[in-house]
Formats: sequence, structure tokens, C-alpha cells
Amino acid sequence: MDLLKNKVCLITGTNRGIGAALLESFSRERAIVYANARQEGSIDEQVQGLKKTYGAAVVPVYFDIRDTTSLKNVMLKIQKEQGRLDVLVNNAGIMKDALIGMASKELMRDIFETNVFASMELLQYAARIMKKNNSGSIINFSSIVGVQGNKGQIVYSASKGAVISMTKTASKELAPYHIRVNAVAPGMIDTDMFHSIGEVHIQEHLDRIGMGRLGTPGEVADACVMLASDYARYITGQIIGVDGAAVV
Amino acid sequence: MTNLEKYNKVFMETLEIEESKLEGLEYQAIPLWDSVGHMSLIAALEDKFDLMMDTEDIIDFSSFEKGKEILSANYGVEF
Repeated sequence: MDLLKNKVCLITGTNRGIGAALLESFSRERAIVYANARQEGSIDEQVQGLKKTYGAAVVPVYFDIRDTTSLKNVMLKIQKEQGRLDVLVNNAGIMKDALIGMASKELMRDIFETNVFASMELLQYAARIMKKNNSGSIINFSSIVGVQGNKGQIVYSASKGAVISMTKTASKELAPYHIRVNAVAPGMIDTDMFHSIGEVHIQEHLDRIGMGRLGTPGEVADACVMLASDYARYITGQIIGVDGAAVV
Repeated sequence: MTNLEKYNKVFMETLEIEESKLEGLEYQAIPLWDSVGHMSLIAALEDKFDLMMDTEDIIDFSSFEKGKEILSANYGVEF
């Protein structure tokens, strides 16, 4: 459909789950994608497949999003090679559960370093490039638990709540530059991350989804395609639930 | 044009200030060098010298002179 034709996009965490689906959907829509993964070579095969299937312009960029120097070098690379950045998808994140009383400072730091600080740093560098072209779209990843909270996830849900306030604030500050900032808040999505809660608990979660099934990574990716595209040109500061009417 | 001339020109154009008033100029000393003007100044310097500054350096960039120090020490711009 060419919804993102020639838009220069940076997507983080593309090696699996929703990130892999984002890479596929953005490639299908003809974006020029800089695809981040942490482990060198880990998405090479996937990228070759996308090039074959869609003739996609995908450039793997391997770096740990928590490493400021690497992150900055990639931004500089994009600026030098493309002269602009149209879309940032802040997808990379980690989920670790802990009950109240068992959440160590180390766990808090670990989750916030990735889910909040690295995303915020990426947002800042991306916004600086986007300002030069007076346009852009930044898509952050919150979660249904960032909106509703969830037992056993005090740290993770707080990090995803922080993503919501970061999104709302950035949308206000960057609106004069026509840079839109939105977030998606996925519900229960059929990924390895979700299955890590244990199969025993999955049925009980399914009972709490209005649509009666898990979401697919592709359904979250398609919501991001819409937010990245010009169809969302007047949408900013929004947290889009992609959850099939789930309750946690 | 020398690097110093380029540097001065960016200040003059972005902050709408005469060259004679650049020496000793500090962040927030004039209305146009507020936080918004600061980011515009940084963007213009990055374009002019083809570089991308670290966030810490943007925060430390507190005066006309300090900016030269930072560009010289961290980005190899010789004045």
C-alpha cells in the first residue's frame, strides 16, 4: 500500500516479537528502515528475507540502546546517509516482574534504564534531527499495565506509566515543529515475552480479553504504521490501546 | 571562511546580535538566547560544522567562549 513510502524510520528492538512484526509491516509499506537489534548479526537473515519479499530498504544497526555513544553514532549515520529522520519507533523494552517488597533497586534501575531512560534519550536525539525538517513522528511503547496497573508488576508498570507522561509532554513541546508523539499500549499479545508468564496463567488472562483471543504482533505493528503515516497527521499526544478490550 | 568566522556568524544570525557584542556573552543574558534559542543555536552550529553534539555538551554550553572550548575539545573544531 506504500503508506510509508520513502519515510526514513528507526525502529528499536526488531529481533523478535512485536519488533520483528514492526520491521515487516514498515518494510511492506515501503519505508526506509534502520532496524536496531542488540546482538550483531541477529537480524541479518530476516533482513535478507524482507529484501527478497518486499524489495525493502532495510539497514540493520546493531547497538545497545542503553549505550549513549552508540546511539548517537547511529543517529549521526542516519542524518549523514539520509539527511533526515521521519519516524522513530521506541519499541525495545524489557519486562521483569516483582511483587511489592521484592523489587530490588537493581531491578528498578535495569527496567527504567531500558524502558524509560534509553527511550527518552532516543527521543531527544531524534527530535533534534526532525526539528531541522519541521516534521516527524515518534511512537513510544507503553502497555496496558502502564494505564491500568497490574499485580506483580510494580516496576514494569511504573516504567510504562512513565512512557505515557513522556509521550504527552513531548507531544506538547514538539507540536510547534510538527513532530507528532504518540504511544501504543498493547494488551496481551502473542509473543515470547507474554508466554514467559507461564502457560498456566494464559487461560485466565484470555478470559479477561473482550475479544476472547490474544492480539498478534502484526496488529500492534499495523497500529504503528497508521501513527507513522500521514493518515495520522493531526494525531499527537495520544495513547492508543491495542488490546481487544482487555482488562488486567 | 575560518572556523571562528563561521562560529561568530551562527551566533549573529541565530541570536540577532552584533559581532562586537559576542565576547563575554552568556546563556540567557539576552532574550533570544533562552532555552528555545539555545536549541536553535546548537542546531545551527551542528549544521555549520557537520557534527552532532552530546546532550551533556549542550547543557554545558553556557557562553560564547565555553562553546568554542567544547567544539574544540570534543569535536576537533580548531579556532
